[in-house]
Amino acid sequence: MKDQLQAIEKEALEQIAQIETLKDLQDVQVTYLGKKGSITGVLRGMGKLSPEERPVIGEMANKVRESIQTNLAEKKEAIELKELEIQLEAEKIDVTLPGRPVRVGGTHILHSIIEEIEDHFIGLGYEIKEGPEVETDYYNFEALNLPKGHPARDMQDSFYITNELLLRTHTSPVQARTMNALDGEPIRMICPGKVYRRDSDDATHSHQFTQIEGLYVDKNVRMSDLKGTLDLFAKKMFGTDREIRLRPSFFPFTEPSVEMDISCKVCSGEGCSVCKKTGWIEILGAGMVHPKVLEMAGYDPKVYTGFAFGMGPDRIAMLKYGVDDIRRFYTNDVRFLQQFHEA
Amino acid sequence: MLVSINWLNKYVNTGEQTAEQLAEKITKSGIEVDGIEYIINEKSENVVVGYVKECEQHPDADKLRLCQVDVGEETLQIICGAPNVAQGQKVVVAKPGAVLPGNFKIKKVKLRGIESNGMICSLKELSVGDRFIPEQYEEGIVVLPEDTVVGEPVDALLNLDDAILEFDLTPNRADALSMIGVAYEVAAILDEEVNIPNPEVAATEENVADYISVSSEDPDLCPYYGAFIVKDVEIAPSPLWMQNALLAAGIRPINNVVDITNYVLMEYGQPLHAFDYDLLGSKEIVVRRAKNGEQIVTLDDQTRTLTNENLLITNGEKGIAMAGVMGGANTEVNNDTKNVLIEAAYFDAQTVRKAVNETGLRSDASTRFEKGVDPVRVREAGLRACELLVQYANGKLVDDAAEFNELKVEEANIDMNADEVNRRLGTDISIDEMKDILRKLRFDYELDGTNFVVTIPTRRGDITLFEDMLEEVARIYGYDNLPFTLPANASKPGGLTAEQLLKRNIKKYLQSVGLYEAITYSLVDKKATEILTSPELSTNLIPVPLSMPMSEDHQYLRLSLLPELLNRLTYNVARKQANVALYEVGSIFLSEEAEITKQPKEALRIAGAITGKWHEHKWQQELKQADFYVAKGIVEGLFEYVHIDVTYEQAKVEGMHPGRCAIVKADGETIGFVGQVHPKIAKEKDLKETYVFDLNLDYILAKDRGELVYTTVPKYPSILRDVAFVVKADVHAGDMEATIVKAGGPLVKKVEAFDVYTGENVAEDEKSVAFNIHYEDPEKTLTDEEVEASFENIVTTMSEKFEATIRS
Repeated sequence: MKDQLQAIEKEALEQIAQIETLKDLQDVQVTYLGKKGSITGVLRGMGKLSPEERPVIGEMANKVRESIQTNLAEKKEAIELKELEIQLEAEKIDVTLPGRPVRVGGTHILHSIIEEIEDHFIGLGYEIKEGPEVETDYYNFEALNLPKGHPARDMQDSFYITNELLLRTHTSPVQARTMNALDGEPIRMICPGKVYRRDSDDATHSHQFTQIEGLYVDKNVRMSDLKGTLDLFAKKMFGTDREIRLRPSFFPFTEPSVEMDISCKVCSGEGCSVCKKTGWIEILGAGMVHPKVLEMAGYDPKVYTGFAFGMGPDRIAMLKYGVDDIRRFYTNDVRFLQQFHEA
Repeated sequence: MLVSINWLNKYVNTGEQTAEQLAEKITKSGIEVDGIEYIINEKSENVVVGYVKECEQHPDADKLRLCQVDVGEETLQIICGAPNVAQGQKVVVAKPGAVLPGNFKIKKVKLRGIESNGMICSLKELSVGDRFIPEQYEEGIVVLPEDTVVGEPVDALLNLDDAILEFDLTPNRADALSMIGVAYEVAAILDEEVNIPNPEVAATEENVADYISVSSEDPDLCPYYGAFIVKDVEIAPSPLWMQNALLAAGIRPINNVVDITNYVLMEYGQPLHAFDYDLLGSKEIVVRRAKNGEQIVTLDDQTRTLTNENLLITNGEKGIAMAGVMGGANTEVNNDTKNVLIEAAYFDAQTVRKAVNETGLRSDASTRFEKGVDPVRVREAGLRACELLVQYANGKLVDDAAEFNELKVEEANIDMNADEVNRRLGTDISIDEMKDILRKLRFDYELDGTNFVVTIPTRRGDITLFEDMLEEVARIYGYDNLPFTLPANASKPGGLTAEQLLKRNIKKYLQSVGLYEAITYSLVDKKATEILTSPELSTNLIPVPLSMPMSEDHQYLRLSLLPELLNRLTYNVARKQANVALYEVGSIFLSEEAEITKQPKEALRIAGAITGKWHEHKWQQELKQADFYVAKGIVEGLFEYVHIDVTYEQAKVEGMHPGRCAIVKADGETIGFVGQVHPKIAKEKDLKETYVFDLNLDYILAKDRGELVYTTVPKYPSILRDVAFVVKADVHAGDMEATIVKAGGPLVKKVEAFDVYTGENVAEDEKSVAFNIHYEDPEKTLTDEEVEASFENIVTTMSEKFEATIRS
């Protein structure tokens, strides 16, 4: 019987190796393991064996059965896998067809720039302050050392509503308001917003545009601190390879006043049409807060000093991305807006 | 201010450096040089002064002349086509071998059989820029003054080697509105000497009082008036060098008298006026305020009506000039003028400014008065003009100026402590360096230890404070030389406030669902103030107008972001961008005042506008047009995102589709609306179906959302019941939903409409609305009895409230 069982196993394993379909597999299983199968047949003849032989043969028969079962199971898995592969192959689709569109919008480029500037200064301990767009003559001009009749008021012809109210011509009144409200405490603030000037709209002028300003007031603030702060900002905003240059300038609310240029990215300072052959591009105005401005806001200029700086996101966007016409920021052509998704 | 470097070199030696190098130094020290202009585009060589000894008709050409021209070393035969060439002229000759601009080489040539050895040139041929060509040389060749030396190169003579710096002056630097002022600045930068003219005039022995007396009735507005009488002037063109200088400065030469006043204006920064003395009609000058309604005809032949805020120069009776603004036509210098009165005066800056603003007559002269002239140079400038009139118009100065003088000249003294300077600048500048800086600036000082007392010259009226001196020291020391430091103060935590952060996040939300942020104008036209204002806003709002708008399009402050957002859709649609979704965050300006007395309330809104297709996946034939529920879905998502419970109610809003608009309510208050723009308005704006929303962002940002507390994620299974109610067609699904939630009790977690049906098996005036009702109990597994009880209550309540029946 041993020989018989060994022969069955050999035969079965050979057959299993040849199986290709699940149906064949079923047949082989029935042939060997079924109620009328070969192994069952062998086991039925066990009665004729001596009591000593019975367990030996029984154990052997079980091993053969297990061996066949294992092989059948492995084969089954292999066949199923193959059939799945065939099925999946048949399910192939054209992956180059476009996917179901998901709409995306985007931040306006001017606000992207404002947020970038805000985040830079937030990292340096600044807060964001906002204020009204319709301002009093006092906060827009007088509190900033621009009394009525001051010639510098010509620099920024304004949209007046009444003699005392106008659309703010810069975001500086937010500084004056904040200083007034804080009443002598140190200040680190950034104020972004819309501003308005009496300009006819053309490629480089807009009656409405944006501005962002910063103010730092504390004891012992030095002009070199302004220079260091602006340098850090310029390198962050325009790249570490940019040089900065400060030039003396004039603003009624700062003294000394500066204008900051950065080295031209297009020509790396060699001189080109973008920088009008100077190698430098004007980016922002700044200065040490004028003692009269501090005084009007309740800060003792002998104790407190500070610096302020201001720039136009419109201009920065025009320079940074080569936008040729300031009106593009306000016509809101989606083909324009779409270009600044990740900006 | 246009600064000719050749002219500047009369007062300060700028040395061998190029115009670019000089411009760079001036810019870095505080006066921005905006550009550099050259007289010629290209340099010529071998171009000299020639003398036309003979000039005959070319035998074979009507339009050509045959000239014998002495050029110093030789006499050249030159054929010239210019109609104005004549015997006896001094002319500009390009000799053979000369190279004119455009690589035009002058060679010996034969013209109609006769040899020509050179060319007599016009200024254009020397590539002189149009604006630098005196009127008399615009056509034809240059005819030089008789005293010109033959054989000399012409570059200096015609000022061809000049370069002009365009100064972009800040309002404080009025001192640089004169060549002398610029000379001081450049001398300080280059550490050079300054040579200022010191006018010396031989006067007649007559007494000026016999000619003129001067008085000012308003010494505040006119503290100084000097009148110089120059007799027997001969009106003629001014000398070529002066014409060139004026052209370089951007002033057209007219005649010697006018040119001299303009020349001194630019040289000293002191406006002068020349009257025809014989036309004065009296022997006195009285400066006074005009009478209200008093009239004067100015040099431009315009009749000006004045007020008593205007300052008038009179002959004691009638006006002869608007002080500092423009002379009167009645006393204008003309070709027959023999005797002139030169006015050198100090007028109040604000008074001149006001008159300029009223008349629009801003000129080189008025600009200088407006910014304030140097009090110590007023009289001197007058004298300088007299000197030039004697020299170049053959005039004779009578005596000296007749004067009214109550001008107080005070030099400011400023304390400047050296340690404080270094503390404020963050520098370590030594006392000696500071002394050197003051020397370069030509500021006198006294020094006691580390304390300077600096005397500010009157030409620098802009320096009044220690901080002004700080800038002077810093700029001459060089801003480049300041160190880079960061503030050494204790730092503070920076950051966005919760509201600022939420605003950014709401914007991100709208972008992530497909809207682009727009920035539109706050100033709108009248029509835009009449539609689409949110219904919760006061009905008494009056749009705030500008007092002097630039155009009707930008006349009022907006009362809604939507009209302009719609215009932006129109702009896009007109450019074949048919599917557009924009949003904007911005302020509207609320006032109920017909006469504005206070700032309008600025309310922050968030608004969106959508038109065209909302979704399209072409090859899978998916197409969804933007509709009410797209817009509402965006709004619902927004409120879900910010955790604010809102409800929607059908409403009518001006400018919106009467049947497709919902107001949004939170805490029982309306906070905005969503819906379809009225088709009539859409059509006016060339838009198809367009949907908008407009929400009160102030409310959203300020809403107290309470502390965020975690609630357990449900452990027990929920049960879903579906039911369809048949109701009258005008019953709102929202009301049905609210009723189901209320009647269902606490176990009802969520109710969602999933089908709306009209048609077969439903009566014509009725509809069927089907709902999913989600039951959930966080504490235990729900029982059928509990759900059934709730459900029955729902059915009963729905029946009572809406006569709803269950559709089987």
